[in-house]
Amino acid sequence: MSTVKSTQMDLLRFATAGSVDDGKSTLIGRLLLDSKSIFADQLEAVESTSKSKGYDYTDLALLTDGLRSEREQGITIDVAYRYFATPNRKFIIADTPGHVQYTRNMVTGASTADLGLVLVDARQGLTEQSRRHAVILSLLRVPHLVLAVNKMDLVDYSQEVYDKIHNEFTQFATKLNIPDLEVIPISALAGDNVVNRSENMSWYSGPTLMHHLENVHVASDRDLIDARFPVQYVVRPKSDEFHDYRGYAGMVAGGVLKPGDEVVVLPSGMTSKISKIDLFDKEVTEAFPPMSVTVHLEDDVDVSRGDMIARVKNAPQPSQDIDAMICWMTTTPLKPRQKLAIKHTTRTARALVKDIQYRLDVNTLHRDQETKELGVNEIGRVQLRTTVPLLCDPYSQNRTTGSFILIDEATGVTVGAGMINQAN
Amino acid sequence: MTDTHADYRLSQLDQLEAESIHIFREVAAEFEKPVLMFSGGKDSIVMLRLAEKAFYPAKIPFPVLQVDTGLDFPEVLATRDNWVNRLGVNLVVASIDDAIANGVVVDDGKTSRNRLQIGTLLNAIEENGFTAAFGGGRRDEEKARAKERVYSHRDEFGQWDPKNQRPELWSLYNGRLHAGEHMRIFPISNWTELDVWDYIGREGIEIPQIYFSHQRRVFERDGMLMSETPLNPLRPGEVVEERTVRFRTCGDITLTGCVESTASTVDEIIDEISIATLTERGATRGDDRFSEAAMEDRKKEGYF
Repeated sequence: MSTVKSTQMDLLRFATAGSVDDGKSTLIGRLLLDSKSIFADQLEAVESTSKSKGYDYTDLALLTDGLRSEREQGITIDVAYRYFATPNRKFIIADTPGHVQYTRNMVTGASTADLGLVLVDARQGLTEQSRRHAVILSLLRVPHLVLAVNKMDLVDYSQEVYDKIHNEFTQFATKLNIPDLEVIPISALAGDNVVNRSENMSWYSGPTLMHHLENVHVASDRDLIDARFPVQYVVRPKSDEFHDYRGYAGMVAGGVLKPGDEVVVLPSGMTSKISKIDLFDKEVTEAFPPMSVTVHLEDDVDVSRGDMIARVKNAPQPSQDIDAMICWMTTTPLKPRQKLAIKHTTRTARALVKDIQYRLDVNTLHRDQETKELGVNEIGRVQLRTTVPLLCDPYSQNRTTGSFILIDEATGVTVGAGMINQAN
Repeated sequence: MTDTHADYRLSQLDQLEAESIHIFREVAAEFEKPVLMFSGGKDSIVMLRLAEKAFYPAKIPFPVLQVDTGLDFPEVLATRDNWVNRLGVNLVVASIDDAIANGVVVDDGKTSRNRLQIGTLLNAIEENGFTAAFGGGRRDEEKARAKERVYSHRDEFGQWDPKNQRPELWSLYNGRLHAGEHMRIFPISNWTELDVWDYIGREGIEIPQIYFSHQRRVFERDGMLMSETPLNPLRPGEVVEERTVRFRTCGDITLTGCVESTASTVDEIIDEISIATLTERGATRGDDRFSEAAMEDRKKEGYF
């Protein structure tokens, strides 16, 4: 057996959406099983639980439904993270529930995903739910989408059924931002086109699901042009050996930083040059997303947490007026004039809701301009005014400098997720 | 200077490292009084290494907390001391024996030391006023952990409410607390057992000797090989014999089993776990075997 070296593998984070009925848990169970990521004791536990519930098959969904209440109700409530690896790639699955009342969980899972996997039941075709999943993945700018047409075994592996769903979905997807789409006919239960190529669908010449997951090109998804470095923490050792050391620690959010680069520190607007970049006890010649490094500047300028280092001629616009799509995540609705805490990169401020422009119907893409509030799991376009300028980019350009969360100041709970359209 | 890759790719292990370092820095910047919960096991050693890197060349800006069960492997305590001395961090020890003596927890003779750790730990967090406690939990370890946030909120009783967790999006962590509450922070949530070993191998860092193959006098109990020790008296029918073994986890000596193994280097361990058929907890942790939801229940009460 060849040893998988995780020191060389790359990483794909993907989010799955769908309900138990679509066979999502069975599919994840199969990916884990066929990539040998399930251990014997986990499988045994699932087998014995299935037996004690009187099932005549092993319910692979029991592998992913981790909380007692979920097992009792037989549904996935929360985002669960799963891990598996093949020789070249490690995968992190954000397994999210599909029902409309859990839209916020799906938004959460999609926020960090490189790829979204939407399941449809071949017998049902596209449903309101599968359209909604595609809309959310598109809103969250997940760059790759796979539509897995599942349960092909129950429609006699019919090409006609597949083509119909494929065409219908492609048409729908033209209204969305989906740069890369793959439609794969599978049977999670029988294993067709999941890991092994199906012998029942010779008419299909595309990749198996696993082959696609292993090979989809994600390296170009990052923004390597627009340098963005939100300062997270100032490293000052105050020791004899490192008496004058003053470094700005953070994670590169965009572009490539190099020693010698002329940079601007926002919001002060002071300029300097990068003198060196530290990665632990070594200096590096370049830093790019998502590296966590420590940047040093030639001049002794005032830099602190919440500031951003960018290029002199390519910097985000500091702004207190934010236009964003917001997914609302709590039962008390969002209303105009409401005040909230906002966290954007490493900067925290307060925000006032100036206007709710429209509520987006995620099933039909209809913009409802009548309703002036957002209920739980609803998504809408909102205007905010912040107490201090945020250093932001459009979410379509950078998912890190274009996103924020809203926090209820009384309860401390995260109540909203925002994607910036533009800063004025 | 170290050259980075021309195609601007980071290996998955480098990505995990960067994510964890980001979490450490975020907590140090936003919380008043963080602490790192250190068991001496491989996961908490990886955490210490990541914390070292996050703040280098400054010292780690928070102390290390260890719950002394009185049943720890001596090799683990030795490794703990080496790390603490090398990094120059403060070590806070919360002892279960002291907690029993002070009436913080009650030893009724039936409750395992593993359970008594919970009260001891929560008391130490409260007494010291810690607002954030780093733990080495990984989501791949156990089903209940698969849903835990990186920032996991604990109420004033130290309890976890799995049905009412804060949404966690992008890399934007919400550290808001009310008085008396604290946050558990899991910086290596996305690491797997294999990642931890690959990282230990790559970094060449010290871990307790019991992880490597050695001769040990053991006996079989509930299908697990347990260490012979006066702390864990033999039951009728149990026979001690010498075997070549190693430990996959470091816990309470009376509950942590070992596996037969000849793996004496990190590379050999990686080879071994690549073909292992049991999870590390399923193979060697008596504390997780009591029920399907054993971990979920302990976590709700305030376990690591």
